[in-house]
Formats: sequence, C-alpha cells, structure tokens
Amino acid sequence: MISRPKGRFRWASKWFDRSAPTATRARPARPDAGTASGAFWSVAFAVAWRVLHNVFTTPSLFLPGMIFPLFFFTAFAGGLSRVDNIPGFDFPNGYTAFQFVFVLLQSAAFGGVFTGFGIARDFEYGFARRLLLAAPRRSGIVAGYALAAAGRWAVTATILTIVALAVGMQVGGGGVDLVALYALALIVNLAGTLWASGIAMRLRTVQAGPIMQLPVFLTLFFAPVYVPLALLNGWLHSVASVNPATSLLEAGRSLISGSTDHVSVAFLVAVGMAVGLSVWAWRGLRSAERAAL
Amino acid sequence: MSALAQVGYVARRSVLRTARQPANIIFPFVFPTALLAVTSAGLSPATKIPGFPSDSFLAFFLAFPFIQGALFATMNAGTDLARDIQSGFLNRLALTPLRGGALIVGQLGGIAVLAFIQNCYYLAVGLIVGVRLESGIVGGIVLIILATGVAIAFGALGAFFALRTGSGEAVQGLFPLLFVGLFLSSMNLPRNLIEADWFRTVATFNPISYLIEGLRSLIITGWDWEALGLAFGFAGLLAAAAMVLANWALQLRLTRT
Repeated sequence: MISRPKGRFRWASKWFDRSAPTATRARPARPDAGTASGAFWSVAFAVAWRVLHNVFTTPSLFLPGMIFPLFFFTAFAGGLSRVDNIPGFDFPNGYTAFQFVFVLLQSAAFGGVFTGFGIARDFEYGFARRLLLAAPRRSGIVAGYALAAAGRWAVTATILTIVALAVGMQVGGGGVDLVALYALALIVNLAGTLWASGIAMRLRTVQAGPIMQLPVFLTLFFAPVYVPLALLNGWLHSVASVNPATSLLEAGRSLISGSTDHVSVAFLVAVGMAVGLSVWAWRGLRSAERAAL
Repeated sequence: MSALAQVGYVARRSVLRTARQPANIIFPFVFPTALLAVTSAGLSPATKIPGFPSDSFLAFFLAFPFIQGALFATMNAGTDLARDIQSGFLNRLALTPLRGGALIVGQLGGIAVLAFIQNCYYLAVGLIVGVRLESGIVGGIVLIILATGVAIAFGALGAFFALRTGSGEAVQGLFPLLFVGLFLSSMNLPRNLIEADWFRTVATFNPISYLIEGLRSLIITGWDWEALGLAFGFAGLLAAAAMVLANWALQLRLTRT
C-alpha cells in the first residue's frame, strides 16, 4: 500500500485515499468511490501538487526556469533596443514589448520542457514506476504534470510581466487581447509539456534533456525573434515563413499592440500542436507502462 | 617523476576522459554553432544601424562561439574535477607524490586541447560561410591563441569552483551565471550602439565585453592593439587569479581530507 501523505502533504490525503490501490497489481482496480473522471482528477491533482511542491521548495529546480526568461528579456530588450531604429521596423509598441512576447512564449515552452526534466528524473529514480502502479487512471499522471507545468509557468509569467511593466513596456492591447495572449502562451506551455513528457516517458533518463530542449529551442529561434518577418532575409526568412512558431509570435505581438492580425491562425496552430502532442505523450505513457509493469 | 611528466599524465587523463564522454564534445561544437547561425541570420538587419562597424553581422558575431565554447570548458573542467572529489579519486591522488600545481595545470591542459580543437572548428565554420579575417592568417593564429587562453582562464575558474564546493551540481549552477555575464556584454551590438544606458554601463564593466571585443577586432577591424591588449590582459588576469584561487582551494581540500 502507498502510505498516506503526512506533514505538509496531509491536506492532499483525500486524493491518495481515493486512489490508493495495492502496489502488487499491475493494473489496480478503479477506486470504490468516485467516477472514472474523479479518479483521473485525483491522480492529476496529486501529481501536480507533488511536482509544484518539489519545484517551489528546491531553488535549483525553480530558479533556472525563472531566471533564464528574465535574463533573455533583459539582454534582448535592453541590449538590442537600438534595433527598432532599423529602417522598416514598424512595431508600434517599442522593442521592449516586441521582445516581451518572444520571451513570454519561450518561458511557456521551456516551462513545459523543464517539467519534462522532472518526469525523466522521476523515472530514473524509480518514483514514476511506483506512480504507474498506484494510479487508477494513468492518463491523470500526464495531466498532473501538465497542471504543474502551467502552475510553474504562471509564476514565471507573472514575474516577467511585472518586470516588463516596471521597465516601461508599452501595452497597446486591451484586457481581452491580453487574456488571449496569455491563453495562447498557456497552450504553448501545454504543448511544451506534452512534447517533453513524450520524450521523458520513452527514454526515461535525465540524459534525454537535450533531446527535449534542442528542438524547442531551434523552433523558437528559427522564427522572427529579433526583427519582424519582413526584415529577415536569406535562409532564415524561408525557414521562418513555414515555421509554426512564427504565427504564434506574430499573433502575440499583434495582441500586445491591440490588433487581431494572425490571431485565429495562431490559435489553430497552437491547439493543433497541443492535440498532436497529446497523442505523442499518450503513446509515451503506454511505452512507459510496457517498460515498467 | 618530474613536474612536467606529472602534468602530462594528468592532461592525458583529462583529454581521454573528455573524449569518452560524447556529450562533453558534441555540445561545445553544436550549441555555439547553432546560436551563431540563428543569431547572425536574425540580427543581420542590424548592420543597417548607422555606425555599425561591419557589413556582415555573421563576421561581427563570430567572436561569440569562441567565448561560449570557453564557457563549456569551464563546465567540463569543473565537473570532471568535482567528480574526482566526489568519487574519492582526489583523496587517493593525495597519497601519491603528485604536486597540487601539476594536478590543476594538467587538468587545464586537457581543457586547452579541447578548446584548441573547438576554436579551429569555429574559425573553419566562419571561413567556410564567407567570413574574411581583416587581420589575415596571422590574425587567425592569434585569434585561436587568445580564444584558447580565454578557455584556460574559464577552465581555471571552473576548477576553483569544483575544488571549493566539491560538487558537480554546484559547478553546473555556475553556468547560468557565466551565461548571464556573456549576454550582458557587447556580444550583440558594439557598446557605443547600445541604447539603454544601464545596459551600456554593465557591458562596460563586464570583462567579457573586452574578451569578445579583442577576438572581434581580429575578425572585422584588423590589428587593434588596444582591443587586443585589453583582451589578453583580462584573459591573463582572470587565468592568474583563478589559478591562484584553485591552488588555494586545492590546499584546503587536501588539508581537510
């Protein structure tokens, strides 16, 4: 039997009580009380709570995800502000807002990737195997990691926004535009988590970290990061023109300046990515089950 | 056994150990080159800013991978030494006649070999994609010497942190700090073109700016003795300070154990 949470975890005990099966059975019975969706959410909330607790009480886990977006923002918005003097640079809200959108989306994607590191670590140390045995609805495990990634990114995004406003970022969009911007970033965060969890559950080692990071990093940087798409030339313009991250960035920049250009395409792209990657993560979960049970 | 032979054995072990860990080789080659590609393409319109010192942002930015490669050297040197401490290898070495100085210099010798290969690679990539060195062939040689010196200086810093903390994770934690130092420098724009006053001030006080500017001067300016003097000066100072600190930390650690 898995033990009931104690101490600071005590308040989460109801989730464990409802979902606590014996560890000796490969596929535990559904909980006596509650529906299938109840079991799903109990697993999801318990996993999310554990991850968030670990992240926010371990500076070495929390700080990189927090500091990197801030220093990218500082370096790009501060060090490159002269770039908005380039002929043809016509973004109306200034270079700080232009870079803020990139860093916000980057922090969302990497919030998911950093959560993937945690999943890989759980597999490496054997915790995930016990989790697979204990959870009555294993898809709730992935949902729990996704909830945790969203919670973690929410803190990063809040601090990033406060810093950006403190250094004078001009916001042209209204409340609805900003809600749409953060909603778009949240879907990117979900897609990043699903991508990284698919890798983590297939490879089940922390050494898979670069495989989670590098494609996300390249996808983001093969987009118009420093200047609008129209000012890019050469191979990067060709790549950026077909890169889905470009539509996300352009939509984000439209929203912060109060326009709706590219927004519907961007949401379609983001939701499409999330749906496709949820299949990827679900198959990763099945792979982990086959290996672990 | 002479001190030189001791250095040679430790350096050989350091090189072999690095060669046996593909991650230690692949990332210093792949990451700086990838960043060079995306940043130089993304910021190429910046050459239209009045006063920008080059027609090619790629040439302007080519100094970046040399410094980033040196940061990887820091991590390799520090992590390997920390692993020796954590595994008890350093304690066993302490029972042998190996001199402390030979251990540090040998460790850095391995880093120097890897850095030299990295730097030749970065220069070759730059030349292949069309960068022409304003300082000519001799300038290319000086560029590699300076960049290798910078890597040794950063490597000594990594060794100091490893010896002081005895933890590979602590050394890994140093990487973001150095990376921040790199980004808060004149790596993306010349200091006189940085618009934000506070950023220009930070970049002016940041020694990494002078390391980058020394390397960059050989690529886009020619023989700028002031930039080269500052770069060699800061690299030498950093190397000397870090070696003294590393030696001191080694004495402390051997005393403790």
